[in-house]
Amino acid sequence: MKKIYPDAKAALDGLTFDGMTVMSGGFGLCGIAENLITALRDSGAKDLTVISNNAGVDDFGLGFLLQTRQIKKMISSYVGENKEFERQYLAGELELEFNPQGTLAERCRAGGAGIPGFYTKTGVGTVIADGKEHKEFNGETYILETSLVADLSIVKAWKGDEQGNLVFRKTARNFNPMMATAGKVTVAEVEEIVPLGSLDPDCIHTPGIFVQRIIKCDHEKRIEQRTIRERETA
Amino acid sequence: MPDIAGWDRNQMAARAACELEDGFYVNLGIGIPTLVANYIGEGIDVTLQSENGMLGMGPFPYDDEVDPDLINAGKQTITELRRTSYFSSADSFGMIRGGHIDLSVLGAMEVSEKGDLANWMIPGKMVKGMGGAMDLVAGVKRVVVVMDHASKSGAPKLLHECSLPLTGQQVVDMVITNLGVFEIERGKGMKLIELAPDVSVDDVKAQTEADFAVAL
Repeated sequence: MKKIYPDAKAALDGLTFDGMTVMSGGFGLCGIAENLITALRDSGAKDLTVISNNAGVDDFGLGFLLQTRQIKKMISSYVGENKEFERQYLAGELELEFNPQGTLAERCRAGGAGIPGFYTKTGVGTVIADGKEHKEFNGETYILETSLVADLSIVKAWKGDEQGNLVFRKTARNFNPMMATAGKVTVAEVEEIVPLGSLDPDCIHTPGIFVQRIIKCDHEKRIEQRTIRERETA
Repeated sequence: MPDIAGWDRNQMAARAACELEDGFYVNLGIGIPTLVANYIGEGIDVTLQSENGMLGMGPFPYDDEVDPDLINAGKQTITELRRTSYFSSADSFGMIRGGHIDLSVLGAMEVSEKGDLANWMIPGKMVKGMGGAMDLVAGVKRVVVVMDHASKSGAPKLLHECSLPLTGQQVVDMVITNLGVFEIERGKGMKLIELAPDVSVDDVKAQTEADFAVAL
């Protein structure tokens, strides 16, 4: 089966539909599937539930899908960087489910690993625990969290091969590996598709079984907070 | 009432840095906690964790070193060190939730005398989300809060019970404010263990709702 597709539009062909659930990798704007987000917008699919740690900024990343009102619901841990998001949310046009960041990551990991739920200490005694099963283990209280899966996962990696094996780079890894495992279909965009055998099999982060389609793209890689230090001058 | 300043932001951060021990793995929150990295003592070797997937966080980059694939949890560009490792968000919060991180320094809106913490949500205002804060306070071995003693309007922030939605219940071990340092025995109570220069116990009491013992 051929996994390499010519571009983002072709890679999403036949995969998108109204009301679908999409996992979108990345932390802030770092390691997001820039090209697949744009292609998802262009597909016109609406009433989307999007599972992503953040919601992009107004004019980049998932902000594109907010501009066009294609998102019905977000499941995120932090959404502070997006005015249009705030406007739609306060106007009641957008549903929002907050998850603690580690709970969100583990829900995706569990979904991909066939684990329907897990107990965690995170959120005990807070609004996050409301309505959830509580259980004691060794004298400590935990709450039950359920796993997440998606109709489509879009992830960004550094390098990939024709088998879909992926290697991520630095902190652009973040949510991408778990989300790759939890999509019924996972599409990866990479900076470079390398010949088979050139990735060290001991250093592959996401084995190709989790990736159904792969594309090579250029990336803007926009920086949210450019912080630098000055060189001391002699 | 005379204006009592006590410690400034940098002095509070420097005091928090005294809680770091050699060999510690530490997670620093955004704001004053970030400044703690500037005051790590001589001979104390600590490894900073960034919950977006990095151990061994280095300083901000020089202009020509900026790498968009290398950011901290505040989305700021940073650098790596020779000891650095990268990992997924699931592994990162496995470290946090699993109790492998020794110390976390966080900001707060309110802390109760039993160690409850509120720092993520003000009802009626736009909520940005808890990010990793709930996971950190639930999982990290020791949680130190650094915050102003009172709000800008002068309302106490050390309370009998938090009025804001909680980030965690009985999770705070120490609070460092501009007026002094409090130790909390989770679920039991708090005691004042240090005062900032030119601050009296009465000054602290005047700005504190929580009950606390004095053990200077």
